Formats: sequence, C-alpha cells, structure tokens
Amino acid sequence: MAVPADSRLAVLTEADEGRLATRLERLWATAPGIVGWLSTVDHKEIGKRYIVTAMLFLIAGGIEALVMRVQLAGPDQHLLTPEQYNMLFTMHGASLIFWYASPVLSGFSNYLWPLLLGSRDMAFPRLNALSYWIYLFSGLMLYAGFAVGIAPNTGWFDYVPAASRAFSPGPGIDLYAMALILLGISTTVGAINFIVTFLRTRAPGMSLNRVPILIWSTLTASAGNLLAVPAVSLAFFLLWLDRRFGTHFYDVPAGGHPLLWQHLFWMFGHPWVYAIVLPAMGMVSDALPVFCSRPLVGYTIVALATVLTMVLGFGVWVHHMFATGLPMLGMSFFSAASFVIVIPSAVAVFAWIATIAIGRPRLTVPFLYFASFIVMFVIGGVSGFMTASVPVDWQLTDTYFIVAHIHYVLIGINVFPVLGGLTFWFPKMTGRLLDERLGRYAFWLIFAGFNIAFLPMHLTGLYGMPRRIYTYGPHFGWETLNLVSTVGAFILAIGIGVFFVNILRSLRRGMPAGSNPWNAPTLEWSVSSPPPPYNFVVIPTVASRHPLWEQELDETEHRSVIRTGPALDEGRETLATTPVDADPDLVLKMPEDSLAPLLLALALTAIFVGLLASAWWSAATAAAAGLLIVFAWLWPRRSLAQVAEVSHG
Amino acid sequence: MTCQPTSATAAFVITTLCATPTPGFAATPLSYLESYGSRGDPVRSLTWAMLIISTVVVVIVTGLVLWGVLREGPAEAAGITREGNGLRLITAGLVVTVVVLLGSVVWTMVVLAEVGAAPAAPKLTLDISGHQWWWQVRYEGETPAETFVTANEVHIPVGEPVRINLSSSDVIHSFWVPALSGKTDTVPGQVNTTWIEAHAPGTFLGQCAEFCGAQHAHMGFRIVAEPRDRFEAWLADQLAPAAVPAERIAAAGQETFGRRCAACHAVRGTTAGGVFGPDLSHLATRATLAAGTVPNTPGHLSAWIADPQHLKPGTRMPVVPLTGSELEQVRAYLATLN
Repeated sequence: MAVPADSRLAVLTEADEGRLATRLERLWATAPGIVGWLSTVDHKEIGKRYIVTAMLFLIAGGIEALVMRVQLAGPDQHLLTPEQYNMLFTMHGASLIFWYASPVLSGFSNYLWPLLLGSRDMAFPRLNALSYWIYLFSGLMLYAGFAVGIAPNTGWFDYVPAASRAFSPGPGIDLYAMALILLGISTTVGAINFIVTFLRTRAPGMSLNRVPILIWSTLTASAGNLLAVPAVSLAFFLLWLDRRFGTHFYDVPAGGHPLLWQHLFWMFGHPWVYAIVLPAMGMVSDALPVFCSRPLVGYTIVALATVLTMVLGFGVWVHHMFATGLPMLGMSFFSAASFVIVIPSAVAVFAWIATIAIGRPRLTVPFLYFASFIVMFVIGGVSGFMTASVPVDWQLTDTYFIVAHIHYVLIGINVFPVLGGLTFWFPKMTGRLLDERLGRYAFWLIFAGFNIAFLPMHLTGLYGMPRRIYTYGPHFGWETLNLVSTVGAFILAIGIGVFFVNILRSLRRGMPAGSNPWNAPTLEWSVSSPPPPYNFVVIPTVASRHPLWEQELDETEHRSVIRTGPALDEGRETLATTPVDADPDLVLKMPEDSLAPLLLALALTAIFVGLLASAWWSAATAAAAGLLIVFAWLWPRRSLAQVAEVSHG
Repeated sequence: MTCQPTSATAAFVITTLCATPTPGFAATPLSYLESYGSRGDPVRSLTWAMLIISTVVVVIVTGLVLWGVLREGPAEAAGITREGNGLRLITAGLVVTVVVLLGSVVWTMVVLAEVGAAPAAPKLTLDISGHQWWWQVRYEGETPAETFVTANEVHIPVGEPVRINLSSSDVIHSFWVPALSGKTDTVPGQVNTTWIEAHAPGTFLGQCAEFCGAQHAHMGFRIVAEPRDRFEAWLADQLAPAAVPAERIAAAGQETFGRRCAACHAVRGTTAGGVFGPDLSHLATRATLAAGTVPNTPGHLSAWIADPQHLKPGTRMPVVPLTGSELEQVRAYLATLN
C-alpha cells in the first residue's frame, strides 16, 4: 500500500495538527453572509439542504394525503370535488416520489460520501451545488403553479391520452412535464458526480471490498438513474411536443400509441423504485450493525445483491402493464423476472436478520427504525411478489392492495431508514444528540400509525376498492377499513410531528455528541461533530472495512492511519486514487465557492418557465445567459490546473 | 343460498370454507377473494395461495427479528466481535426462498395458460367500449336486425364462456369484474380481448379500474348471468323496438326527448339516434343509472335528468334546462322503455 511519497506528507504532532487545521479552515470555510451561503460548494452544507428541502416536500405531500384521507374516511363525502381530489393525489405522488424520496437520499449521500470515503469533498463540488439548486427550483416551480391553482390532475404516472391536450386542456400537465424534465437534469448531474466520486476520491487503501454498503447502494442507484432518467425525460418531452405543437407521438388518430408512453414511463419507473430504496437499504446495512456490535453478516453478497437488484430492475417494467393487452409469452418472461428479483432482496433481509440474531442488539431509537424496517420491507416485498404473477396481478393491479404495497415500499423502505438514519447521523451533522425519550414516542406513533393506516389497505384492495377514486358508495363494504386507515394516517402524522419537534428542540438543547457517540466503525465518526469544512486534517489511509473497529476486532495487524497522511494544504486540495485499488494517484485541485451553480440553475429554470409560458424570446435569452455562465464557470484558471502527480510507491 | 355472508369479515372467512359459494349481493360485491366462474376460479386459488405464503413469510420474519432482539444475549461482553456464522442463516433462507419462488412461477404459468387466451369460437362475443364515464355494450347478431347496443348492464348466459372485445372511444379504461375475471384495459387504438364465464346465475358488479378522469369513481357496470332460456328472452326483449307510448304524458315526453335529448341518446324504434351518450333503449329494464351511480328509481331518474352535474360532477351530460312539466314528461316516457 503506497502512501504518497510527497514532501507534504505530514506526520502530525498536536501542535502541527492545530496549525494545519487553522490553515485548512481558512482555505475551506465558506464566507459568512448571504453571498457565502448562496455560493458554498461544501458537500455537507448541500447535503443538509437536500435533506431539509426533501423534508418540506414530505410535509407537503403528507398534508395532501391527510386531506384525501378525510375525504375517504366515509362513503359519499363531498369535502373535495373530483377535480380537487385528482389534483391532490397527483401532487401527493409527484411530491413524494420525485421531490422527496430520491432527493432525501441524495442528501444523505452528499453529506456522507466524502466523510465515508476519507475525502474533502465530492469530485465535482460545483456540479453538486448546481444539482441541488436545480432540484430546489424545479420543486418550487411545481408548487408555485399549485399555489395559483395550476396543477397536474392525471396522476404522477400521467397516462396518455388522459394527459393529452384533448382531455387535459389546462396548463397543469405542461407544468408537470417541464418541472420533471428540469428535475431530471439535477438527478443526472448528481448521478455523474457520485459515480466519479466513487471512482476517484476514495481514501488510499479503500479498495472496492472496503467501501461501506451505502456507497455501493448510492453508486448503484446513480448508475441506474443515469440510464433510467432519460426515458422519462424523453417521455415528458414528447408529451409536451404533442400538447404544445400537435406532434403525434401518443396521438391515436394520427397513428401514435398510448402504450409508447407506458413503456417509456415504466422503463424509467421501475429502476427508479430501486433507486429510491437501495440507498436507504444501504444506510440500514451500515448503521444497523453498529447497534449489534458486530460487522454486517455477508458484506460481499449484500454488495453484489445491491448491484444485481438494479440490473434485474431494468428487466421487469412490464409488470406495471400486465393488463394492457400485451402478448402472453412476453408477459410470462417479465413475470418470471419479477419473481427472480425477489432473490437479491431476500439476501439483504437474511443478512440483516443474521446480523441481529448473532449480534448483541442495543435497542436505541435508530435500531428501532432499522429493525421494524426489516419487517415492513418484507411486507412490501411479499405484496410485490404477488404482483409478479400475471393472473393474480390482473386482480390486484389498480386496487388499494397496490396502494398498500407502494406505501410499504416507500414509507417502509425509504422513510423508516431515513428517520432512523437522521437519528443516527444527526449528532454528526449538528454535534448534538436527539432526545431519546421524544425519539421513542415519535417512533412508536409513526410505527403504529403507519401500520394502522396501511396494513388494512391490503384487505380494502382485496375487497375490490379501486385506486384513485374520489369517493365510494356505502354498499361496497369499504367504509370501516377506510375509517381505520384515516385514523392511522393521522397518528402517523402526529408521530412525524413529534419527530420534527424533537429535531428542533435538540438543535438547541440536545446533549453534546462527541465525535463517535454510537461507537461506529466508519471514517465519518473519526472527525469532530459537526465535521470541519475540510473534513479531514490529513487524508486517512484505510486498512479495513471498519477503520475505527480495528483495535477491537483485531483481525489483522494492519491498522488504518487517520492522524498521519497527506496534508494537501496548498489551496483546496484532495487526493485522487485509482478506481479499483484506491492507490494514490493525483492531487486534485478543488474549486472555490462560486455563485455560478446558482446562476446557472436560475437560467435553466428561466428557460423552462419560458418554454412553459411559450415565451420563446425569454427562453432564448435565458439560454444565452446560461451559456455565458457556463463559459465563466469553465474558464481555465491556473489555480485549478493540475500541478503535481503523486509518485507511485 | 347456502352461504350468505353477513359482514365483510364473515365473508372473508366463510367463503373460503364454502365449497360452492353462491353469488349474490355480498357485503363486499367487488371482492376478488371469491370467484364464480372458470376464469376466476384458478386465479382465486393462486391468489389465496400467494396470500398465505406471504403471510407465513411475514410471520416468520417478524418472529426472527423479535427473537433476535428479545433473546437473552451473551453476557454484556463489551466490544465488537465477529462471532457466529450468520452465513448459514442466509443460505438456508435463500434455499427456501428459491424453492417457493420456483413453485410460484410454475403455478403462475399453469394458471396463465388456463385463463389467458380467450376462447377461439365462443357462442357469444360482445364488443364493449369504455367511454368517459360509462360502458357501451354491443351484441352483434347474424343480421343488422339482430344487432343492438346497450349500456352499463351486460347479460350473459350461465356456463358459457363469453368472449369480449374491448375498445375505448377516449382515454384508457379498464374492464374488471372481480368475481369473474381480472382486469383488461381498454386502450384507444387497439382492441384487447378478454373472456368471462359464470357458473351460477347472479349479478356481478364490474368497475373501471384505470384512472380515467373526473368520474373514474362512478364508472361501474353489472354482469347479469342467466340461464340460457332467460338470456334469450332478454335478447328478444332488447331487440324489440320501443312501443309507442300510450299515455298522453309519456307521448309528450317522447316529443320533448326528441327535441332535447336525442342529439346524444338513441332509443331504437324511434327517431332518437344520438351516439354520444348511452343508448337508452329499454332503459327501464336496467338496475342503475349513470353507470352504477344510483339505482334506477323514478326519483333518481328525475334528479339525474334535472341536474346530472350535481350527482356526477364533471359528467359529459350537460344540464339541459327543462321546465318542471317537461321533466315529468321525459321521466314518464323513459319509464315506458321496458
């Protein structure tokens, strides 16, 4: 293992460390004031903003859900008109699937990746900021429309021809299309950043078999996004062309076909499901073992299963279309593939169970979220297994059984790990622990409320209640079950409220956390809480999968080196390593803070708003401005030029 | 009725125990946990089997997690260790999982082969098309004189597979009769086929299952399965042209109907020939109005004609201003269409 034979390799005494830290602080700290706040490229700041913004969309989507639950609490209610209900369920789905579920995980990964990898920032810090600002503006664009009564009302899946101009003449669908294409740019940019960060900025010694599962899972999700997002962006772009310019991609009388939409949408949609659960599963795979006082059982097969899930995930999209009249032979292949995809998920489930079963669980709040997550993962999994069967799916599809399924997947496999992960990493992000007692209240309210709301929905579905109906008659036998679900939804909402109260209180009054309150093994816990802007005083060198547990595990004589390493203090710098073995390779010059990402995101948003309003000249002006910003952004600067290559040992 | 469930929960339990469930208006008429025909039965068995497998899996996993959490661990030896061989649990779990999955795939394919394809030469083929928000049903006869169109109520003979060609005139809908058959979408631009069969007489509710706009919630229909002779009597009734109304008020109603309603609605045997709304021939024989929204009673019929937007907001049927006496006449006329 080569440590860079560089003159700047620092072996630190305490006094040296203090001096170096001061110097790095000056280099990496974001300038105070509003300009500094708007121009920061610090991945930790961006990660936190992602999480906070995503939580706001979670709250918005949650409120929309509660209004719908009131409407559905009894038969023949008239709180909402059909149009209002249709807007609400569309905004609920879009907000939570697109503007909460994936971005919140991007938030965690943005915050954690460089800390987990022993690096000082993401590979492309400015691209990272760009990706956040675009995400924020696309969401604001959608909600600005909603605030003035312009919203899509044909479901987040937006099937044509219901979404075509003939049947949805208003601007709501165009708004949705533009906002989603804009968001797709953010997702794509972010995905590229994660992939390059994975390949180039792992600490020396962090070979492929030593990266945390969260890294594997976010990497997998990013690769999936890179391949899947173009399909949905294209689908929405073609829809916009149909609606705005009268092209005929989906126009039946002119030879277009509605199923083109469904194929494009689900070619994206199914891999996307995995993109919004795999990183959450990765968080559990990394954090659950901490509370079992042992490494994860089956690291290698869990990592392989993660990648395999995504690969298979690209071959199952037709199971969303079993009722559309496709040929039986083709459907049977997709059916079989949908059964097979259960296998890698089962690997992860058994690995978590084994970790608990042979470890020594500590029943902390994060552990409660992770352990209950396993059960909800399985409930969402087995209902998914049922939909894999074509003839069974002909009954299940588009009933409340699927509503139950998707919520066990999205709340069970995304929200629960996110809340557990927030409790787990909150001390790292803020330096303070969340209140344990309030945390337990919140957990049990959320757990009970969620299951009271959604477990009965399986039965509501088996009793034949279709999805997306704004009301139902009293003679179908659904009213008791619906009332129970509504009560559960409100308990869940109260629990989420208590969780946020805990966050707000603990921000000011929480117990100081110290650098490693949970005795966790990975590199982020080796630095102070919250971490300094430069993350690591020196770039660490990693000798195992669990750098901070090496003394206790004592499995080899090799030890990770955290206090000695390259100082890299001539400007913002971090170390680039080789993609497979993570041998030191280059000193990466990292960019300063900049307003360019914000301005470019604003220009892009202006382009899309211009297109939406058919204000072609405004859109063109914004495009020209955007081009100028790109020039300024990419203008070659001596300070960013590569100066020295680290010699290989 | 050998087995009349009294509540939703009872239905859940009882129908699984009854060897030959009898159709009827159960507490949960859209449930697919019960089935009454050769297309639904194999799927129902598979659904139950998968439900039971799923429940057992969830119970086992919950048990394992609880056992892992609550068991008496080794004495609180501080520190991190890598003791124990968890890979055995993963391997065992995977072996069981793969076996169960293989069984499910095979069973799925067997059922798919059994129920998938529509019968090649059935005695009865229907053309059903979805509209926002009602169903048009066309009975194709040997000659045009034996062909007719109706809406929202489908009569079929018991014990005979019926082939159904599905189309749509606007957006995607989905044809679904839970007790007889799973869903098949009606997709504009293509004709999908499905089939149903009922092995006992009864009325089975159907419902649009693909979101199709404002009144997706009120797009129901019903399948009435009857013995062959009664079915043929029904066919003959439907083919009969509308009788000339005898009462004066009804005759006046026919005239009003011709002026105010016939642009959209047809009544066979009269000059009313509109094609945009449901064909109203023999309307009085149907059980419900507005695609299953309300029962077909004189009160509901008046309310529906007077203000369809109140009963079914967004419906394509406009509010046609009628005076009180005109409304009374039209209702009286429609009551004669039996």
